[in-house]
Amino acid sequence: MRTRNATAYRFLTPYLLIFAIFWIWPIISSFMISFQATRTVPWRFAPAFNWGRLIGDPAFYNALENTLLILVIQVPVMIALAIMMAVLLNSPMLKARGLYRFAFFAPVVVGEVAYSAVFRLMFSLDFGIVNKLLASVGLAKIDWFSNVTPAMAVIMIAVTWRWAGYNAIILLAGLQSIPDDVYEAATLDRVSKLKQFFHITLPLLKPVIVFCAVLSIIGTMQLFTEPFLITERGGPGGGTETLGLLLYRQGFRSLNFGYASAIAYTMAGLAIAITLVQLWLTREPK
Amino acid sequence: MSSLSRSRLGRGILLHLFLTPLALIWLFPLWMMVVFSTMPDNGIFSPGIELLPHDGFLDNFNNLQRDTNFVGAIGISVCVAVTYTVLSVLLTSMAGWALARYEFHGKGIVVAIILGTITLPYAVVLIPQFIMVARDFQLANTWIALIVPPLFNSLGVLFMRQAFSMMPAELFDAARVEGVKEWRIFLFVALPLARSMLAALAIILFLASWNNYLWPLLINSQPGAMTAPVALGTLIGLTKVSWGGIMAGAVMLTLPMLVVFVLLQRHFIAGIAAGAVK
Repeated sequence: MRTRNATAYRFLTPYLLIFAIFWIWPIISSFMISFQATRTVPWRFAPAFNWGRLIGDPAFYNALENTLLILVIQVPVMIALAIMMAVLLNSPMLKARGLYRFAFFAPVVVGEVAYSAVFRLMFSLDFGIVNKLLASVGLAKIDWFSNVTPAMAVIMIAVTWRWAGYNAIILLAGLQSIPDDVYEAATLDRVSKLKQFFHITLPLLKPVIVFCAVLSIIGTMQLFTEPFLITERGGPGGGTETLGLLLYRQGFRSLNFGYASAIAYTMAGLAIAITLVQLWLTREPK
Repeated sequence: MSSLSRSRLGRGILLHLFLTPLALIWLFPLWMMVVFSTMPDNGIFSPGIELLPHDGFLDNFNNLQRDTNFVGAIGISVCVAVTYTVLSVLLTSMAGWALARYEFHGKGIVVAIILGTITLPYAVVLIPQFIMVARDFQLANTWIALIVPPLFNSLGVLFMRQAFSMMPAELFDAARVEGVKEWRIFLFVALPLARSMLAALAIILFLASWNNYLWPLLINSQPGAMTAPVALGTLIGLTKVSWGGIMAGAVMLTLPMLVVFVLLQRHFIAGIAAGAVK
């Protein structure tokens, strides 16, 4: 390829312009805003104002704890489920493949608001279909939204329902790029299917699994709509408040941009740290 | 029957015995969405178990329209999503083309920064974006506010770069020898060849815009400027509201996308799977 600076940048300019205005500048800007007291006019530079508050704010620790709890439980469960879906959908023995694919992949097109509304209705105390079904088999009704643990469970169930198929699509593409002859050789050597899964499929799929895990962690880290709509602004009593919701409350309800920016940078720091740890844990052995 | 094929048969049956209930559970929320959207409110809030659709969709739709101007909001959502998709596909494929087919100074840095944003939470840019669009540009509650800031996306550019770099160089060199300008090569040679990738990209981008919630919620909060998900979201949690109406709205947001999904499944899946193929 010849070096063609002018031509290349003519094609890149519109994209880079949007990138610079709406991403690069904001990344710098929110870092600076996090060191400013933003509830005075004009804003003033006060390095410890927001970060100091963050360190001592019980609401922040509550949101952090909830977010990490969801992260630690929901992401692994969903990734495991997605791997299972992908492997089973890839099985040559499966009949009516299209129907199963539709069932698992359909949630991918459902918007956050639409599915939040459905889950909220399905899990309501007296008239929710879930409690009605529990009662019909003789189990006790669960007051899903008045207690923290079941409310958290509903959020995790909802997010898992929405995103497992999405990850399964990515994993399935990864599975299909594994050449068949690897498995044929293993089958000839009478290696059991289960052993093939653990010794061939999982190792070869690892980069894709890491990719899914990283995307899921970043997504869950910013969880906002589900606690906003399903558990009614992070209820009961802040029991499902996430960092995303805290940022929304601080930034756009209290209009405290400085503090919200500090929260945003904490989320970014966590996301980057977790991503790095994950890449390190799954690095190729030298 | 040999023991090998008998065990294969057994495994096949086991597979379906396991997968069928799971598939039914997965379809259940969508099915209930449809059922709720056809039930009167006193039916939704009755003690009986109702698992089949009724005939109250139109009543629910009228209730929804009474609670909020949902048809108007759908209109905004459609216009915004279409404009966004066209612009974004163009921008993204131009950038992907440049990264795939030219050598230029700063290429490594551009790619590294784009890759870096994948792991960066959107929350980091949210507040400055809001301040800029609402206060500095005074563009809150406009279409521009909904369309322009989300135009940047990283996975789309990497997808298109991949698509263009797989094309054989001779295709373009032949045109260059004949003196065809680069932008014409891009428009009339490269883009038509990338048709199916463009379709996949367009579907994913349209869906992202159609379902986008947080940004439209913040920036277009006036009733006449809301997108359909935002308008529907304002109803959730109100005490005097028709839940049948909310469900009718949810169905109107979801069903068109499900139809698109079924018709264009191949492109859909290609677009989502693109993330993995690098």
